[in-house]
Amino acid sequence: MKLIVNGMELDIVSPPLTPLLHVLRDELDITSPKAGCQQGGCGTCTVLVDGEPRRSCLTAVATVDGASITTVEGLGDRDALSPVQAAFHRHYAAQCGFCTPGMVIAATALIQRAGGPVERADVLEALGGHYCRCTGYVKIIDAVVAASRGEVDQIEDLPVSVAGEPEVQPKGSPA
Amino acid sequence: MTADVLVPTSADEAASLYGDGAGITVVGGGTILLPEMAVGRARPGRALMLHRAGLGTVDAVEGRVVIGAMVPISALADAPDGVLAEVARHVADAEIRRSATVGGNIAAAPAADAQRGDLGAPLIALGARIRSTGAGGERIEPIEEFLAGDRAGRLVLDVQYDRFERRSGTAALRRRHAHSFSIAAVVACARADGSDLRIGVSGVGPTAVRCRTVEESRDAADVLSDVDPIDDAVASAAYRRAVLPKLVRDALDQLEPA
Repeated sequence: MKLIVNGMELDIVSPPLTPLLHVLRDELDITSPKAGCQQGGCGTCTVLVDGEPRRSCLTAVATVDGASITTVEGLGDRDALSPVQAAFHRHYAAQCGFCTPGMVIAATALIQRAGGPVERADVLEALGGHYCRCTGYVKIIDAVVAASRGEVDQIEDLPVSVAGEPEVQPKGSPA
Repeated sequence: MTADVLVPTSADEAASLYGDGAGITVVGGGTILLPEMAVGRARPGRALMLHRAGLGTVDAVEGRVVIGAMVPISALADAPDGVLAEVARHVADAEIRRSATVGGNIAAAPAADAQRGDLGAPLIALGARIRSTGAGGERIEPIEEFLAGDRAGRLVLDVQYDRFERRSGTAALRRRHAHSFSIAAVVACARADGSDLRIGVSGVGPTAVRCRTVEESRDAADVLSDVDPIDDAVASAAYRRAVLPKLVRDALDQLEPA
């Protein structure tokens, strides 16, 4: 089997019924999709499969053989956040951060599909299957609406690397 | 243990590999099976994966709509008939609907702690028939008979219903979050002149049920002779008994010409 993950074509050796989630996390070391409930109920494992958001915990890898997969690692990086990532940062839309990967992926797909500004009701519908147990929904919705309107300032206050701190280079990033 | 995986590339090959279904676990979209595997309740020995078997199209054939078992529930949101689309939009959430299939929604057995098969009510109201294969070969039967029978040894191939002008009514009570099962859902369809009334109810027991008594009497109170609501985590049987006649009344009222 093959997957194109964040632009890289990769051979997959996991058994065919393995959830895509575990192929990404355990075989490929791509850890932004989180293993939350693993019952399809929480949303944090959501990735883009050929551009459409799907639950990676519910997806047997064989059923997406050859597909193009996008995770948060494929959206932006530390120096150039994607508009949704920048908006989440700007609006304090992450508290513990566990739901954030799924929220960011679903929001990215919503905005791509809409091709322009979205309303709060659209965000509620698109994120309806995503749980934030910190209950930070208001700021998350603010962030998605702002990102859809392009109201994302350049982020200049990101934490800078401390000297001596090892550079984290996630596998699966196109860089 | 790694499952022995079969990936048929046509519906005929799928039917022949399925045989009488003994020892076979069918994998459609995976949205029911993978959670069961994740908690160790399912350990497939032989898995029949249908994603390459065709069965993924909605066709109009001689006045019939034929929906392949592997059509994702998301595709039904754009179906020509309103009631099917309307109910499909309430199945799980948009991301799960892209994976979940029509065949799985019809074929999967109810779990100990969860109902399944939200599409049963609209398909009963549309007079749908299920084409399935298994021991004894292929057969086509009304969906209410398929649901009432032993589905364990059947592989659903497609769902069919006749196309004609219908009036329809739907009424449902649901919890507010996307993943909750219905408390009760009623769908009624009839011809434009009011004949051929069919009523399906889901959410009140392990499978959807056809309400023949109400179809005959047109009295919503009779629904309690057709269904015997259960207690579960979503609602009590007593509550369901109290609201069901009102939901049926609502659905029937929508059938009246404006």
